[in-house]
Amino acid sequence: MWQWFHRLGSPRWFYQTSGKWLPWLAGITFVLLLVGLVWGLGFAPRDAKQGNSFRIIYIHVPASFLALAGYYVMAIAGAVGLIWKMKLADMVMKSAAPLGAALTFVALVTGAIWGKPTWGTYWVWDARITSMLVLLFLYMGVMALQHSYTSVDAANKASAVLSLVGMVNIPIIYKSVDWWYTLHQPATIKFTEAPTMHPDMFHPLLVMIVGFYCFYALVLILNTRSEILHRERRSSWVKDVVLQNQR
Amino acid sequence: MGYGFAAILRRDLLLAFRNRGEIANPVIFFFIVVTLVPLGLTPEASRLAEIAPGILWVMALLASLLSVEGLFHSDYRDGTLEQLVISPQPLYLMVLAKILAHWLITGLPLTLLAPVLGMMLSLPAAGYLPLVLGLLMGTAVLSLLGAIGAGLTVALRKGGLLLSLIVMPLYMPVLIFGASAVQRSVDGFSVQGPLAVMGALLAFSLLVAPFATAGALRVSMHG
Repeated sequence: MWQWFHRLGSPRWFYQTSGKWLPWLAGITFVLLLVGLVWGLGFAPRDAKQGNSFRIIYIHVPASFLALAGYYVMAIAGAVGLIWKMKLADMVMKSAAPLGAALTFVALVTGAIWGKPTWGTYWVWDARITSMLVLLFLYMGVMALQHSYTSVDAANKASAVLSLVGMVNIPIIYKSVDWWYTLHQPATIKFTEAPTMHPDMFHPLLVMIVGFYCFYALVLILNTRSEILHRERRSSWVKDVVLQNQR
Repeated sequence: MGYGFAAILRRDLLLAFRNRGEIANPVIFFFIVVTLVPLGLTPEASRLAEIAPGILWVMALLASLLSVEGLFHSDYRDGTLEQLVISPQPLYLMVLAKILAHWLITGLPLTLLAPVLGMMLSLPAAGYLPLVLGLLMGTAVLSLLGAIGAGLTVALRKGGLLLSLIVMPLYMPVLIFGASAVQRSVDGFSVQGPLAVMGALLAFSLLVAPFATAGALRVSMHG
């Protein structure tokens, strides 16, 4: 029953299997992102209040989704690596950190660009923005810790412990920042989203969110594959793979 | 089972008392930072009072951060830490003892001195009690969380800056609730809410943080 789980732990099996999925996944991702972008940027109706500037939502919202989900992917992979000593999970964790940090950064930057025409300023100390910034710091901490160890094994375990601690803390940080924001007198600029989004605007967003999820999976697999090749570089099957590619 | 706990606590406190500078330094640090604030911002009492809760709490954060770095350092270098990790006593309790000793040496003096520092920053009278109560619990949370970071970075040559990068995001809830308790009291609101949350943070981190620290130390020793 647990055979599939143990097989999943073998980097070689993962490398070979994911190689077969990759073209399909890449194709689906490309189609979804293309459809979502053209639909959202070109054909979705203009917003009554914000005009065309609202269209950045098609990048901003999916990136924010993945930024948060990516942390859980990283932490759960770290936990699996700690508990079952699974090599593959460690590699997934290491690959997920820069990817999540990049998406968090994209969410922050698109938010700032969106904020300028909507709120009149690039940066406000709003609860959500602040907690995204803290999330970026958490990612950077994990990455910095990962890079400062010379031993691969210690680096994996240490960053797994840290990402688990961070995972426990994310809800606490999120709630406390939320609370802090309600305590402070909110600024005159207020983020009032339309209570219900028009379906014509919402459907392309949905496509973009699914597309971003596929994109995340695709990049995570690619990162993990190169990490596998790097760490298993002394094994014979990696040498075979490299030789085959050279031919 | 409690033997390891008591022995470590006794040893760490004894070491601190034999080396008095270690106790005096954080206290001097607080006074110097408090002196810097009016010099850099303004000596005007009304404006100082406005920022006093935040400044005092940021100071507590920095002091905890600076001192927690050395929590396991000398023990790591002379091999004591290795003995602790392989000893039959529960590592959880021994780590807890080290954290408790650290809090008694740095967190408690700051808590006791807080009214004096608050007075120097002309904190309104209503803020004193929530400041002391908040610091009493909050500095303990800071020591507990900081120990995780210290455990993770103890084996690294240049762990200091990395430690602050790791630990600072975890410190934020403590800062928010601690400073807001003081601010609310000054503004005439009830402080039960933020102080209760601070108590909850303390209870939770008391349960989880020594466990995570013990795990981090095992990684640092064997990795």
